Amino acid sequence: MSLLAEKNPAQSAASHTDSAEAFVPDQSRAERRTSYSVADFPVPGGREEEWRFTPVDRLKGLFAEEGSTEGAVTVATDAPEGVEVLELAMDDERVGSAYRPADRAAVTAYAGAAKALYVGVPNEAELVAPVFVRVTGHAGRDNAHLVVDAGRHSKATVVLEHSGTGEHTAGVEIRVGDGADLTFVTVQEWDDDAIHVAQNDALIGRDAHLRHITVTLGGEIVRVSTNARYSGPGGSFEGLGVYFADAGQHQEHRLFVDHEAPHCHSNVEYKGALQGETAHTVWVGDVLIRASAEGTDTYELNRNLILDDGARADSIPNLEIETGEIVGAGHASATGRFDDEQLFYLQARGIPEDVARRLVVRGFFASVVARIGVPEVSERLMAAIDVELGGTAAADADLVEVSS
Amino acid sequence: MSTLEIRNLQVTVETENGTKEILRGVDLTVKSGETHAIMGPNGSGKSTLAYSIAGHPKYTVTGGTVTLDGEDVLAMSVDERARAGLFLAMQYPVEVPGVTVSNFLRTAKTAVDGEAPKLRTWVKDVKAAMGDLRMDPSFAERNVNEGFSGGEKKRHEILQMELLKPKVAVLDETDSGLDVDALRIVSEGVNRVKDSTDVGVLLITHYTRILRYIKPDFVHVFVDGRIVEEGGPELADRLESEGYDRYVGASA
Repeated sequence: MSLLAEKNPAQSAASHTDSAEAFVPDQSRAERRTSYSVADFPVPGGREEEWRFTPVDRLKGLFAEEGSTEGAVTVATDAPEGVEVLELAMDDERVGSAYRPADRAAVTAYAGAAKALYVGVPNEAELVAPVFVRVTGHAGRDNAHLVVDAGRHSKATVVLEHSGTGEHTAGVEIRVGDGADLTFVTVQEWDDDAIHVAQNDALIGRDAHLRHITVTLGGEIVRVSTNARYSGPGGSFEGLGVYFADAGQHQEHRLFVDHEAPHCHSNVEYKGALQGETAHTVWVGDVLIRASAEGTDTYELNRNLILDDGARADSIPNLEIETGEIVGAGHASATGRFDDEQLFYLQARGIPEDVARRLVVRGFFASVVARIGVPEVSERLMAAIDVELGGTAAADADLVEVSS
Repeated sequence: MSTLEIRNLQVTVETENGTKEILRGVDLTVKSGETHAIMGPNGSGKSTLAYSIAGHPKYTVTGGTVTLDGEDVLAMSVDERARAGLFLAMQYPVEVPGVTVSNFLRTAKTAVDGEAPKLRTWVKDVKAAMGDLRMDPSFAERNVNEGFSGGEKKRHEILQMELLKPKVAVLDETDSGLDVDALRIVSEGVNRVKDSTDVGVLLITHYTRILRYIKPDFVHVFVDGRIVEEGGPELADRLESEGYDRYVGASA
């Protein structure tokens, strides 16, 4: 544990609240199974390590090996010139090379997908605008697979948006070529009754940078597992997440950063707010530094802000270190209630309670939102958070930032 | 011309050992342009008086009245009190992560005035007030009270007082934890507001030191939840030499 460096001393032991159910993993993440064969993953009963927080009884439909319902989704794409947007057969060589199903839902998605959507950014291309992939769910089951292929030394932003309803199981495979700089955003703004389980696998090339951003605001059950691997030294993974769970919503974000190549960097920051008695969020951040991954620098942070009694946030960082020759490794996790003293301070300056609450919650998310760097996403996100808090467009005029 | 009138104010607080009576009948009138110093030993209830006027939910008013120009302050929410013209400079200002000072000040000013300040004059006013308090312009882009030193927090409180222009300001141990230079800068700020706005000031302090810079018109000695002696500035001088022992002994 001496390698565990708390980089944020302000969050002292008092606020370091690893889940009360902190546990010793029964196996290394290195031993966790991946397979393309459905038979290798029995239907989860809810006691498995990777499913123990998830309401698996409501995922029975997605665990079944089944094709997509006709007309379950419409997918619209909007890409700047030069970007390849194709539909590929699942046996195309461009599909699956960076993707390894790691649980039952991921393997049924892969088996059930009739085709893959491919977004290719050519080598050395610098996109002037983001690529948008907009998925709208209508009804029924959908199995999806998306491939994002950022060519070497390219620079691009790809935004995957989800809205509507239905039951969705999906794979996303992200290949970041050597020296490329990719921002990938997945936004879950589903209707209240949608179910969505996704696995995002990223393979980060030599000296490449991936900023992977997850924004989860809507849906009955949303579970996004993000796995990052490095195919060469010098790679960097920045995993950012923002989530806001209301009553009745289950939002689960799982990250696994697998450091095998030397001199790679990873930094994870997820922040979530919970509102309503039965809101439940889960954050699991696994980092494995293998013996060969000398010079690794990794840090992960999860913060949860509980706005109402009865909401539950589980937060579990895990760090496995197999070499001492690293630059740094640490994590921090804290879950706190809304601070009434902040509310009092702002109100004592004349600011009405609803505006003060919005200021505090916006402020809570500010550090991670500032890192998103995609105005189309961050502006909409802040507006969506205001709507979650019951704000109106008119009240937002009070919150205009003034620079002096 | 404004008047803050406190009559027979009684306040309790819930503790682990049950309900505790803190204020036992406070009478005090603060008018525009007047400066009142409330002095007393630790634990006498001085800060409770400040927080009760501002409406902190931790304190329960069990008797008495507080009015500002005849309006019932106790019936108002915390933010209504501030908009009515009351201001509390806090002893321990609260950090608000992710909210910049400039955003906070403008939001507060908009709330207190009922309309957004005119951008051009507002930016100029903020800069001038910050300059007077020897605050670096970069301060405006920092998060409210986050990582501020003790002196910076207090200057930031007085900056708010200058910009929000309250009718009556309660300064809760604004002098505590300040070195002489910071104390002088903060006191000059308070005096500037007094000169330019006719604000009534209720200065709560443990020490007489700040009274060398901010001259009180009235001094009240506060012991065990009530005012036990009142006088002019000369009373402060006496406390300086004699301390509180005389009062503490008498009430115990």
